[in-house]
Amino acid sequence: MNVSRRTLLKAGLAALAVPSLAACNNGAAARGEGEVIYWLWDSAQLPMYTEAAKVFHEQNPQYSVKIEQYGWGDYWSKLVTGFISETAPDVFTSHSAKYPLFADKGQVLAIDDFVAKDNVDLGIYQKGLADRWVGADGKRYGLPKDFDSEVYFYNSAFTEAAGISPEQLNAMTWNPQDGGTFEEVVRRLTVDAKGRRGDQPGFDKNNIKVYGLGYGDAGGADGQTSWSWYAASNGWKYSEGEPWGTKFFYGDPKFTDTIGWWRGLITKGYMPTYAQAKSGVDITTSFGAGKYAITPNGSWMLGTYQTLKGVQTKLARLPIGPIGKRMSMMNGLADTIWAGTTRREASWAWVKFLGSQTAQDIVAKAGVVFPAVSASLPAAKAKFAANGWDVTPFLETVEAGDVFPYPANPNAADVSAVMTPAMDAVLSFDSPLSSLAKANDDVNKILAANA
Amino acid sequence: MTAVTNAPPEKRSHGDQAPPKPRRRLGDLKVAMVFLIPATIGFVVFYIWPTLRGAYLSFTEYSLLEAPKFNGLDNYERMIHDSFFWNALGVTLEYVAINIGVQTVLAVAIAMLMYRLTKSITFRAAILLPYLVANVVVALVWYWMLDFQVGIVNQGLTWIGVDPVAFFGDSHWAIPTVAGINVWRHMGYTALLVFAGLQTIPTYVYEAAEVDGASELKTFWRITLPLLRPVLVMVLVVTMIGSFQIFDTIAVTTQGGPINSTRVIYYYIFERAFTRFDFGYASAMAMVLFAILAIVSLLQLRLLRAKESDLA
Repeated sequence: MNVSRRTLLKAGLAALAVPSLAACNNGAAARGEGEVIYWLWDSAQLPMYTEAAKVFHEQNPQYSVKIEQYGWGDYWSKLVTGFISETAPDVFTSHSAKYPLFADKGQVLAIDDFVAKDNVDLGIYQKGLADRWVGADGKRYGLPKDFDSEVYFYNSAFTEAAGISPEQLNAMTWNPQDGGTFEEVVRRLTVDAKGRRGDQPGFDKNNIKVYGLGYGDAGGADGQTSWSWYAASNGWKYSEGEPWGTKFFYGDPKFTDTIGWWRGLITKGYMPTYAQAKSGVDITTSFGAGKYAITPNGSWMLGTYQTLKGVQTKLARLPIGPIGKRMSMMNGLADTIWAGTTRREASWAWVKFLGSQTAQDIVAKAGVVFPAVSASLPAAKAKFAANGWDVTPFLETVEAGDVFPYPANPNAADVSAVMTPAMDAVLSFDSPLSSLAKANDDVNKILAANA
Repeated sequence: MTAVTNAPPEKRSHGDQAPPKPRRRLGDLKVAMVFLIPATIGFVVFYIWPTLRGAYLSFTEYSLLEAPKFNGLDNYERMIHDSFFWNALGVTLEYVAINIGVQTVLAVAIAMLMYRLTKSITFRAAILLPYLVANVVVALVWYWMLDFQVGIVNQGLTWIGVDPVAFFGDSHWAIPTVAGINVWRHMGYTALLVFAGLQTIPTYVYEAAEVDGASELKTFWRITLPLLRPVLVMVLVVTMIGSFQIFDTIAVTTQGGPINSTRVIYYYIFERAFTRFDFGYASAMAMVLFAILAIVSLLQLRLLRAKESDLA
C-alpha cells in the first residue's frame, strides 16, 4: 500500500465530516419555495387530505403540499422535537388541548392579519367553533376543520333482548340521586352469569356477564367520553371563565355528586371495577366482544365501531339532566401554522383552503368526521347514513347550542397530571370523593403559579 | 457507564519467526488513534456531550421552547418535596426487585438445565427467541393476552376455576405484571450469559466433587455458584442498570396508571420533559437516577468482589 497513514487519517476524518455537515441541513432549503409540509395523525383521513391537496395544487399551481401522517402516540412528541430542532411541519392538525401551550410558547402563528386581509368569512362554520381557536391572548390560531360530540353507542341485540325500545333509549333522564330512567335502563341491561338482569330477583352483582354501562377511563381533567355530560347537565362548569379557566371547580358538590353517583354504578355491579375496566385493551374491544351493552363515546369513533363485526351498534341520545336539557362537549380540530415556517404565504393559502367549503366537502363526503363548515354537513350526514349510522344524536345538541367546550388551558398537561391520578383513585375507591377538593386546590395552585 | 474488560495480551504464535524488533511506541499510537477516532467521536457526541448538557440543564428552568434560565439548585429542592418523584423511585425499586430477583433465579435455573441436560443448539436458540422480539411488540401482545375481559390468559384462568385477574388495571398487580413480562423477554438472554459463565468452570472440579460423593445440590451451592460469581456479578450489574431504565413496556401499556402505581422514574422523567415541558426538572431527576445507578453498580462490584475468582 502506497497510501500513507496521514492520508488515511485525513480521508477518514473527511469521510466522517461529510455526513455530519449534511445532517445540519434541516431540509427546508431542499424543497421548493411553494411546497408546504402538512402533518395529521388520523390515517383514516389521509385519503381525503391527499385529494384536497391535489385540488389545492390545481387551484394554486404555485403551491404544493406534502402530507405526512404519524399516529396520535408519536404525533405530539415528534411535533415538539420539530419545534426545538426547527424542523416542524409548516402546517399541522392541532387539538384544543394542545394548542394553548404552543401559543403560549410562541410556536404557532396568529392568523388574525391573514384573516382580516383575505376577508375570511367566519360565519360559515358551525356556531361557536371558530372562537375555540381564539387563544387566551385574544389572537386567532386556526380555522376549524371539524367538530365532535358525544353520544351512547349501544348494542341493539342486548336492548331488544331486554325489551328496551329505541324510543326509551332516546328519551332517558338522569339525576345524581337515583340516576333517573337512564340508570333503570342500565340496570335492566346488566346481566349476571346466570342470566338474571339487574332488576330481577337474585341478581348477583359479583358475577357479571354483560355490564350495562362501559367506560374507558376515569376521565382525568376533562371526562370527555366518561362523565362530562352528566356533570354539565347537573349545572356544573369546569372553571371560571370557560374555556380559558383561571380557577377550576373539581371540588364543587355538583361535580362530586355526579362522580359519586357514577362510581356508585360500580358498587351496584352495572359497571366493571376500575381495575377491570383499565385492564383491557380498550372500551371498543370489550364492546365488540359483547361485554358492554352501552358505551359512551365521541363521534370520531364511528369508524372504529363500524369495524366491530360481532355486534349491532346503534346510537342513542345522552340523557336529560337536572337542568332540563341534554349537554354534550363539543370539541374540534383546526389546522395551525408553525411560527417558524419559512413559507408563511403558502402555509396560509393551505390553511385557508382547508377551512373552505371546497376542502370540507371533500372531507365530508368520506364520512369519517363532521366538517366544521355547516354547508358541508349534509354530505357527511348522507355518507354516514349510507354506512348505516343515524348520526342525529350527535348533531342535535350541537344544533341546539347545548354544548360546552373542552377545558382548554396552557397548563393542560400539568392539570391532567394532577387530575388523572386523582380521578383514578376515586374511581377505584382508593380515595373518598372529598379528595377531589384537594386535587382542585392543587390544580388552582398550578394555575396561580403560571398566571 | 461501560464495562471494560481487560483481556491479557496474547502471545504471538508465529514460533518460526523471530520476534519483531520493538517499534517506537508513538508509531503505534497514530494508527491506534485512527481506529479509536470513530468510537471516540460517537462516545463524545452521543454520551459525554448529552450528559454534560443534561447536568447543566438540571440547574436551569427550561421549557424546551424557550432558552434555559439558570436557577441554581431549585430543581433539586423541588424534587425533595415532590411526592410523585418519591413514588416513582419506590415503584421503580419494586420493579427492579421483582424483575431482577425472578429473572436471575430463573436464568441460573435455565442455564443449569442447559448445562447439565442438553447442549442442543436448537434449544439454546429457542430460549433466546423472546429476546429477539421488539420490546414494544412483546408489551402489546401481552397487553392483549392479559386483557381482563377478552384476554386468553384470563379465559384460561376461568377454565381452571380461578377468578380472572385485572393484571394491568389493579394497582397491586400492575408492577408485578410488567416485571413478569420483562422477565419472560429477558430470561433466555440472561440464561445464555450465565451459561457462558458455566462453561468457564473447569470440569476437574466437578470430577473431584463426584469422587468425593457430593450431591447435585451440594455441588451447585458449593462449586457452581461460587465459581460463577464473577460472571453473575457482571450479569447482575448490567441487567440491573437496564431494569432501572424500564420505560417502553410502561409507555405502551399502563402509561403510569392505574393511579400512580406504574409511574416509574424513567416514565416520570419522560412525562415531565416531553409532555409537561419541564425539561430542567426532568434533567435534574435524570442526574439523580444517574447517581443512583453509579452507586448501585459500584456497591455490587465491591460487595461481590467481581474482580477475583475463587478459582485462583
